[in-house]
Amino acid sequence: MSGAPSVSAWRGPIRLVGKRIGLALITLLLVSAVVFTISGLLPGDAAQEVLGQGATPEQVAALRHEMGLDRPAAVRYFEWLAAIAAGDPGNSIVANKPVADIISERLPNTLTLAGLTTVFAVPFAFLVGIWSAVTRGRATDRSLNIMTLAMVALPEFLVATIAVMVFSVKLLWLPSITIVPQDPTLGEFLRAYALPVMVLGVGVIAQLSRMIRAAIIAELDRPYVEMARLKGVSQARLIVRHVLPNAVGPIANAMALSLSYLFGGAIIVETIFSYPGLASLMVNAVTSRDMPLLQACAMIFCAAYLLLVLIADTVAILANPRLRQG
Amino acid sequence: MANLIRRATRLPLPGKIGLALVLFWIVIAVIGPWIAPYPPGSFVNEEVFAGSSRAYWLGSDFLGRDVLSRLVSGARFTVGLSAIAVTIAASIGTGLALTAAVGPRWLDELLSRAMDTLISIPSKIFALVLVAAFGSSMALLTLIIAITYIPGNFRIARSLAVGLAKLDYVEVARARGEGRLHLAVVEILPNILKPLFADIGLRFVFIVLLLSGLSFLGLGLQPPDADLGSLVRENTSGLAEGALAIIAPAAAIASLTVGVNLLIDAATQGKAE
Amino acid sequence: MTMTPHVDVRGLCVTVRAPDGSPLRIVDNVSFAIPRSEVLALIGESGSGKTTIALSLMGYARGGARISGQITVGEATLDGAGDKGLAAQRGHRITYVAQSAAAAFNPSRRVIEQVIEPALIHGTATDAQARARAVELFAALALPNPQTIGSRYPHELSGGQLQRLMAAMALITRPDLVIFDEPTTALDVTTQVEVLQAFRKVVREQGATGVYVSHDLAVVAQMADQVLVLNRGTVREQNAVRAVLEAPADDYTRTLLAAAQPVLKTVVPVAVKPAPLLSISGIHAGYGSIDRQGRPAHPVLSDVSLTVPRGGAVGVIGESGSGKSTVARVVAGLLAPTAGEVVLDGQTLAASLSERGREELRRIQIVFQNADVALNPAHSVGDILGRVLRFYHGMSGRAATARVAELLDLIRLPSAVAGRRCDELSGGQKQRVNLARALAANPDVILCDEVTSALDTVVREAILDLLAELRRDLGVAYLFISHDIATVKALCDEIVVLYKGTRVESGQSGTYNAPPYHPYTDLLISSVPELRTDWLSGVGPKATPQLGAVTDDAGLCRFLPRCPVAIAGRCDTSPPPLRLMDAGNAVLCHRTESELAH
Repeated sequence: MSGAPSVSAWRGPIRLVGKRIGLALITLLLVSAVVFTISGLLPGDAAQEVLGQGATPEQVAALRHEMGLDRPAAVRYFEWLAAIAAGDPGNSIVANKPVADIISERLPNTLTLAGLTTVFAVPFAFLVGIWSAVTRGRATDRSLNIMTLAMVALPEFLVATIAVMVFSVKLLWLPSITIVPQDPTLGEFLRAYALPVMVLGVGVIAQLSRMIRAAIIAELDRPYVEMARLKGVSQARLIVRHVLPNAVGPIANAMALSLSYLFGGAIIVETIFSYPGLASLMVNAVTSRDMPLLQACAMIFCAAYLLLVLIADTVAILANPRLRQG
Repeated sequence: MANLIRRATRLPLPGKIGLALVLFWIVIAVIGPWIAPYPPGSFVNEEVFAGSSRAYWLGSDFLGRDVLSRLVSGARFTVGLSAIAVTIAASIGTGLALTAAVGPRWLDELLSRAMDTLISIPSKIFALVLVAAFGSSMALLTLIIAITYIPGNFRIARSLAVGLAKLDYVEVARARGEGRLHLAVVEILPNILKPLFADIGLRFVFIVLLLSGLSFLGLGLQPPDADLGSLVRENTSGLAEGALAIIAPAAAIASLTVGVNLLIDAATQGKAE
Repeated sequence: MTMTPHVDVRGLCVTVRAPDGSPLRIVDNVSFAIPRSEVLALIGESGSGKTTIALSLMGYARGGARISGQITVGEATLDGAGDKGLAAQRGHRITYVAQSAAAAFNPSRRVIEQVIEPALIHGTATDAQARARAVELFAALALPNPQTIGSRYPHELSGGQLQRLMAAMALITRPDLVIFDEPTTALDVTTQVEVLQAFRKVVREQGATGVYVSHDLAVVAQMADQVLVLNRGTVREQNAVRAVLEAPADDYTRTLLAAAQPVLKTVVPVAVKPAPLLSISGIHAGYGSIDRQGRPAHPVLSDVSLTVPRGGAVGVIGESGSGKSTVARVVAGLLAPTAGEVVLDGQTLAASLSERGREELRRIQIVFQNADVALNPAHSVGDILGRVLRFYHGMSGRAATARVAELLDLIRLPSAVAGRRCDELSGGQKQRVNLARALAANPDVILCDEVTSALDTVVREAILDLLAELRRDLGVAYLFISHDIATVKALCDEIVVLYKGTRVESGQSGTYNAPPYHPYTDLLISSVPELRTDWLSGVGPKATPQLGAVTDDAGLCRFLPRCPVAIAGRCDTSPPPLRLMDAGNAVLCHRTESELAH
């Protein structure tokens, strides 16, 4: 009945999405200010940190000057911001290498881990979430609920410990340290990633499936669902044609949230499996108080989170005819 | 009190299990040091990573200390610090949320904007940055964890409070000439407590996990103090042997967090239906 | 020729689980039959089980209720049919028109897809046939642009249009039985007429058999052949509609009939020359940010004035969106007007709440429509009333307790209610407490914002009587806001009609008994269904507006786009003058008194 939407029909959503992008950029800017302020507040300063306790005040002052720490905070912030925006957040204090080099080495690893976990966990979460929602209140739903409830609350290191004990120590199937060989075969690749992906996946599946269940149940309680049932619509059609299109927004948001949970989980998982990713790099940066590196890592994680939320918002806008038409 | 007991007996089985676990850990946190069979810091067993025995129920750790004694002492830190942190987070978060709900619009905008910014920093990342900047003495660690969870509590409490602030009974009180404090404390607060308690419970779970996670990474509680996460960390070398010393504290954390979750889930479901 | 009735229901019971777990019958042993092409009305107050019965005709029960009894519709037996068997009947042989079409349409799918869906899933037509039939039905239901209206999304259509589209959806499979569940309750009275007319026409043309659920006897009188009167899940009376209206056999039916036309027992003497107590003049108000000219982003009221005499009762009437509740909010100080002033007893009140003194606030009290959200569920009735006493009168302790008991007595509730929490009270009791809270301040004037709208008719009449009594005994004045002209006429001395934020008419209650009045007032009054079966046929088809596109110029008559008697070249070019009629009512219209008098 309806022809192809005209250009003007897209003006509304484009304006809305543009607004979201602008808001996300402002938030990112504020986040950068927060990160810079906090990490600039450290009790000893970076020069002292580098030189150690034995340094004379003159040496510290010289290095402070060399590092530019004696200039006003605002100036340093904008320089830092410009550098980060240009992709060059300075040198790592500890490794004495450009932060950009260290990160570009580590970032793909974390992205691979996150990508694999997503591919593994999301379909699973959908299955569990939808199944649980349609059997609401019945035995299946109740047992799935208890399972996911427990899984959400498990510390990653317990899951990891148990997984290592079962699959590495007892069964000797999988390596307890994640080392991906050069040019791996598919088998080697999957074997290397199996444990960390499994451990990260447990949390993602549990969280995401609970949110998907909640989103679908919220829709199931709406009058149009009762109306559809009174039209004789089958359960499968009800979920696929009536409920899911309305739940796209909340589900997209849930996905953004639980994928951002991945970053937090990755901090523990990368450390346990000695996996050279961005998260374990950040932990090292905290331990060694390598501020330029820490700031850059934090900004990447925040930007990734904001990007995920932005994508989810965009999907939600496009899925909702009211918003789509502006 | 009698009302509470009646409510507890009506919980479904998972809720009762959750309640039992929560009560168990509260008791352990309170009386831990008195029931520990050995001083938690002393080397009592010649064998490291020993298995369970009559003298050492949970075996020994990587230095030959009694795992059970260390566990009951560590539980006090995990439960206690998390409880303090969640109390701080919820008081500040809810306080600011009520201020935003009854205050002038610009204040609401300002607070919401600030909290939205903080919430865009994933909580573990935020905690890491704070730890890097301020270090992790026990007081600072508690404060850091509390600060990390203020924005989340603020967001929930604000949306509840703003929803109520539009309701007619609050309008009537405003029209009567009541002050903002009365609106916030008498008209709004009592009606958001129930959903807030559920949120605070969940936040307690996250805080336990964050605290243990930080300690596990060596960024949390510093020796000689050791919480349950520290116990897991110091015994990682026993992983290959499947030592009780590493399983026991990890399972202890899990039983606490899962217990809280089960209890909240059962308690809130009972209300919904 | 003898044949079994088209729809036959015997011994229908619906059982739910009470909170304590024991079984509770909400529908008890209901039996009825409907011949082909007739409409049976199920009428009753909330809790009468009327919707439950209607849904059980589709084998459907909400919230895990259990249905028992024999139900046959056409050739199908529904009792004992499994889920599959029921699904095959629903939306196919038995269809449903829900109370709120705005909520019952799926917001993310185009309307036409939803309208033809029953035909497609039950295989009664091909896609093309179903679309063609849908367009036919749209036209029969007097929907604008029947060819293209289906390609819209629900949020793009009005409530009245959606309700008619839902009727098209119900008729698309040529069902054996159509169930209408309060299909016009959520609509404005002027829209209701159009929808009722469309429904009646299409039901007759299609020869459909129907069940019509309603709480409104006057609506039922237009739509039904037979009436089943229900109370607490049992049948009180069943008869032809005319018989029920003219010679009700059951006491309960008589109560319902009486409540449908409120006549107050209490007579309030009106002072000959009452002194003005509260007056508002030239009020402009709205929501959103205010621009440089001082106009809000969403203007609601423009140039509204009215005066409430001491001890008087002034009604403000209008449909949703007329700004009638905004008037109350401005007077109470909850919304600061952008222009105009509020004067109480000669004193101009500050625009915003924070600048008004406590004594000024005390003298004006506001009572909201929905007592469920107007009373704080965390507090007891005694606390709620006690707070007002302490706040305005500094009363506490024994004096306050005694006054609370007095107040409860005033609103005819036992003093033991003071210890109860509001969620333990019934709807009518809550509304009484809501009133008592205002009375606790000893106000000069009470702003009543739709205080009777959420109540069942019988309870509504009792509250109206209470209001009249309080006025007589305490001398309190009312600014009474309502969408229901019958209620306003019963209670008020004077009535102001608002349309889209402008005052189109004001006058003594009596002037609303007969023309001349403003064309909108005329539409409003003529749209209220009357308790006779031929009322709807007598309501002429609404003359379509004579004027084409009208620019939304602030100065012009706001009713112009809908006005059946607009004058081209005058109404669309200059603002209407305020005319004083002989009867004393002032009308904002270009038409003269003789023209308005028909």
